[in-house]
Amino acid sequence: MKVAVFRQEHFNAAHRLFNPDWDENKNSAVFGKCAYPNYHGHNYDLIVKITGHPDPKTGYVIDMKLLSDLIKREVLSRFDHKNLNLDTAEFKHLNPTAENIAIVIYDILRPHIQSHLDLQIRLYETPRNFVEYPAS
Amino acid sequence: MVYLTRQEHFNAAHRLYNPAWDEVKNEAVFGKCANQNWHGHNYDLLVTVKAKLNDNTGFVFDVKSLSSIIREYIIEKLDHQNLNEDVDFLKGKMCSTENLAIAIWNQLLPHLPKEVQLHGIKLYETPRIFVEYFGE
Repeated sequence: MKVAVFRQEHFNAAHRLFNPDWDENKNSAVFGKCAYPNYHGHNYDLIVKITGHPDPKTGYVIDMKLLSDLIKREVLSRFDHKNLNLDTAEFKHLNPTAENIAIVIYDILRPHIQSHLDLQIRLYETPRNFVEYPAS
Repeated sequence: MVYLTRQEHFNAAHRLYNPAWDEVKNEAVFGKCANQNWHGHNYDLLVTVKAKLNDNTGFVFDVKSLSSIIREYIIEKLDHQNLNEDVDFLKGKMCSTENLAIAIWNQLLPHLPKEVQLHGIKLYETPRIFVEYFGE
């Protein structure tokens, strides 16, 4: 019997939505004020969902303390209080939309989570805008 | 006297940094908030006005008008901006949440109609950090 467990974390970051192949007018037309050159920012809420069978010895799907430590070490330390466009290797050449951030976080965490467990990322950019990856 | 509050929100980048100090001192005082490439927040702004109830309408004040005033004079200037770089009424100020709340009070005050008094500004930088200013 599979059970889903969730760990919520948060980080704050600056970003800008911008396609370097387009000029300022086209970026402004597509991304609006999200393309402003001096950046803006968000409080991101990250929910990591792990699905699997509880271990018969512990009753755990995954040790939540270990999961929390993993997210802090691999995700928050990279992105918290950073400029996603300027300060992170992951978004040097990738537009830091909520969609792309969720995919990047999935790819960072996946190798650290046992392969028999399913992983899903939900990322809130604002309380009313959020994305999930993989889409269920 | 009845108190009426309107909640608005905006997203912005900022940095905590005292230009009179060197990088080391800024880092020691402000930690990761001093990141030279900015970080950002989803700010929630609550503006409270007070007045005697208008018997003809049952209103303290037309809340749609209050919303329009806040949007025109505050949100338009702050949303998706870099608070340190882009906002005329924050020039030369430390971009702490405390100072931002005071600046919003001062910016809003001249634009409110005589029939209401500005009572308080409540400004959330994150869901767990907020400041209040009552003009004192």
